[in-house]
Amino acid sequence: MTPLDPTALARQFPILSRQVHGKPLVYLDSAASSQKPEAVLDAVDAYYRTSHANVHRGVHTLAEEATAAYEAARESVRRFVNAESAREIVFVRGTTEGLNLVAQAWARPRLRPGDEVLVTELEHHSNLVPWQMVCEQTGASLVVAPIDARGDVIQDEYARKLSGRTRVVALAHVSNALGTVNPVAEMAALAKRRGALVVVDGAQGVPHMRVDVRALGCDFYAFSGHKMYAPTGIGALYGRAEVLAATEPWQGGGSMIANVTLAKTEFAKPPERFEAGTPDIAGAVGLHAAIDWLTALDLAAVYAHEADLLTYATAKLGEIAGVRIIGTARERAGVVSFVVGDVHAHDVGTILDGEGIAVRAGHHCAQPVMEHFDVPATARASFAVHNTRADVDRLAAGVRRVLEIFG
Amino acid sequence: MSDLRDLYQEVILDHTKHPRNFGALEHPTHRASGRNPLCGDQLVLTLDVLGGRVRDARFAGKGCAISTASASLLTEAVKGHTTGEAHELFQRFHRAVTTPTGEEPDVSGLGKLAALAGVREFPVRVKCASLAWHTLEAALAGASEPVTTE
Repeated sequence: MTPLDPTALARQFPILSRQVHGKPLVYLDSAASSQKPEAVLDAVDAYYRTSHANVHRGVHTLAEEATAAYEAARESVRRFVNAESAREIVFVRGTTEGLNLVAQAWARPRLRPGDEVLVTELEHHSNLVPWQMVCEQTGASLVVAPIDARGDVIQDEYARKLSGRTRVVALAHVSNALGTVNPVAEMAALAKRRGALVVVDGAQGVPHMRVDVRALGCDFYAFSGHKMYAPTGIGALYGRAEVLAATEPWQGGGSMIANVTLAKTEFAKPPERFEAGTPDIAGAVGLHAAIDWLTALDLAAVYAHEADLLTYATAKLGEIAGVRIIGTARERAGVVSFVVGDVHAHDVGTILDGEGIAVRAGHHCAQPVMEHFDVPATARASFAVHNTRADVDRLAAGVRRVLEIFG
Repeated sequence: MSDLRDLYQEVILDHTKHPRNFGALEHPTHRASGRNPLCGDQLVLTLDVLGGRVRDARFAGKGCAISTASASLLTEAVKGHTTGEAHELFQRFHRAVTTPTGEEPDVSGLGKLAALAGVREFPVRVKCASLAWHTLEAALAGASEPVTTE
């Protein structure tokens, strides 16, 4: 494993050379959305300049090139998550759309009153609200596996809440608010024993670690491109072939059909069945470029680098009197959440911004997690391949400035 | 950006750390709650209005320094004034905090509230400063739905 050179990598991100409020930008908000390296920007630009046309429709050269680029992107996603077939990869707008697709197309026709959907307490709203909605629609019940004081899912409780009534288990690979890495393979194995469908929110997994959907043993795995250096508006949903084949169409329109008469439509096979309308072709091209770029760095090295920053940040912030780290799970990735005395996270965010430091401040679309820790909001620093220990030092200095102002 | 001290002035820090008129009136004539869904800030404003004059005002809730100080300053500013004067103060205040960058805000008649004019340099924080005021308008209008800044 070759260690990363974050300083050299930072030079590949044009945006990182800009200043904010007269100070060099320190970007610590990649968990909300990552910045884009030249390789991705160039791929999208070149696609539009040379090969753009609609996909799966024309017989002309550009249409063929665009289709080839789009399908090559699908194959790159297959390799990236180690799916068996590219037909198991559905392009979506992002994690949220992927999870809603599963809730509405797979779960809604199947759930009955008395059935249960099991989620964990640390879910992002995108892996909670779609399940609340489908439970409301079908009369099924939502069951929640709680977390402990560190921010780990209490595994005994999880096992206890799994039952013959559990039809779906929906869980995050990595918590966006706390960085907790769930033991997905173990949790999925338990769920499978009960015959439940396993749906994983992988938004915070793919940017930081090698993902193997077959080793995880999940049925669905959804992720967004924009948190892993690709453009916004593109993401992917992996669905195990057998499950995807049995999933009803979601949206109707062009591309998702096999044959249409005024009376009746035969639907296309997956993945086209779930891709009605013209897709985000340029986004897929950008995602392909991001996957090539990220995997060339070696995801083991990425994980090691970010783990080092996490440890360093936890120590540096932890030594400041008044700072409390929220979430100290056994295994964490990517993010450190914290509160500064009784200063509200938005004030922390504004003051850090004044120092050129971008962090997320708020409830991180995970209000139940905030409630668990009895804080209205936290500040959250999240790490990417281009971040350095010097960035963490700037963050710690910024936090001291917060305490100075609020004295 | 102007200096952060322009945003976090002494009067704001003072009102954040020691909010005035904090709590709820036992027998309010007017009451409204306000929320800022983006931040999770929430507050409840209770008023005692007699003969068109605000006799007492209190607020409770939690929020950032800007929203807490704004609510605290609001309760001080409206007490003893007519509802018409309170409404006019809201309009003056709103104009000041939304004055475009580069223009000088008109802070006349705002008294201590002028300290909040600094938020106009921080567009995402204007909502924090305005929350209490929108809640005041809702309370005086007798609104039953909570107001939000969204």
